[in-house]
Amino acid sequence: MSTVDAFMPSGRGRDPYRLGHGHREAHHLARGHGEGGPARKRVVVAYGFWIFLLSDIVMFSAFFAAHAVLQTATAGGPTGRDLFDPMSVALETACLLVSSFTCGMSAVATGARSQLWTQFFLAVTGVLGVAFLALEAHDFAGMIAIGAGPQRSAFLSSFFALVGCHGLHVTAGLLWLGTMMAQVFVKGFRPNILRRLLCFNLFWHVLDIIWIAIFTMVYLIGEGR
Amino acid sequence: MTGENEVLAEIGENDIAPGVTEAAGYSIREGITTYAIGFALAVLLTVASFATVKTPLIWGPGIAVMLGVLAVAQMGVHLVFFLHMTSDPDNTNNALALAFGVLIVLLVVFGSLWIMGYLHDRVMPTGDMQQRMMQMQR
Repeated sequence: MSTVDAFMPSGRGRDPYRLGHGHREAHHLARGHGEGGPARKRVVVAYGFWIFLLSDIVMFSAFFAAHAVLQTATAGGPTGRDLFDPMSVALETACLLVSSFTCGMSAVATGARSQLWTQFFLAVTGVLGVAFLALEAHDFAGMIAIGAGPQRSAFLSSFFALVGCHGLHVTAGLLWLGTMMAQVFVKGFRPNILRRLLCFNLFWHVLDIIWIAIFTMVYLIGEGR
Repeated sequence: MTGENEVLAEIGENDIAPGVTEAAGYSIREGITTYAIGFALAVLLTVASFATVKTPLIWGPGIAVMLGVLAVAQMGVHLVFFLHMTSDPDNTNNALALAFGVLIVLLVVFGSLWIMGYLHDRVMPTGDMQQRMMQMQR
């Protein structure tokens, strides 16, 4: 008799959550729903980090709201159309999108427990992240050089706050990425390292999702204003 | 003998961490395929966004709406193919947290736009107000 039959005599059609049942037979299997103890640590850690990322997105939404309101408040200064270089924005977008893909590939490599490919894809992700930051820093420096710094108008204050905040997140992500490469190299695929890699993957993909909102609202819609 | 994972999947008590695919029989090939499909769709939508701004085919005021639709679609692609969000019961906790986050984001962004737009339309700028008062005094 299989394990299923032992505690599910009638098979399908029973209460799927088995409320109030199964304390004795299945407590080693049941997780969540208040029965059988807490979820596995991997689930708890990743879920906690997911909540953090969502709160981070909520924080970004305040910057987005400010920029959406102030997008036309240029105080007679330069507008988005004057300042933004579509080619540079396209390159930045390409860098982040490809890095999101290679980050996913590193997760697949980690799943296969391949040290070489995990390191390779993390390194590619890092190089693309650095390229993105270099392009962004170049854009910012060019704008500040022609007097279009954050103090020029409310539009530019909110622009630098929003895009700069995303840039800081990418910088923090790159530091984390370097740390993870070193940890994977030295410590190998231990459970705690695997959890950190999972959280890093979530972080990097979410940064790319935020960038979608930025290039759409700040650059593409902003250019038309 | 049924494996533990299958039992858990059947009784729906195996919560899945966000960003993880833990379906039975999940292989490297499937992992790569998932990311590749997501990447192809994301590239397509990004190119469409950048082309929308350039093309003369779309009526001016409609461009922003088009861009919004494309952006939401691309975020959906990223969530499904990169973050492995599903409507599976095992993913309920992750999806509910996401839904709450989206609710707050929409409230903050559209609430701000609504209120500030209303104020912009209804409240007279200080300069105009002074001019009007000067005219009334004459």
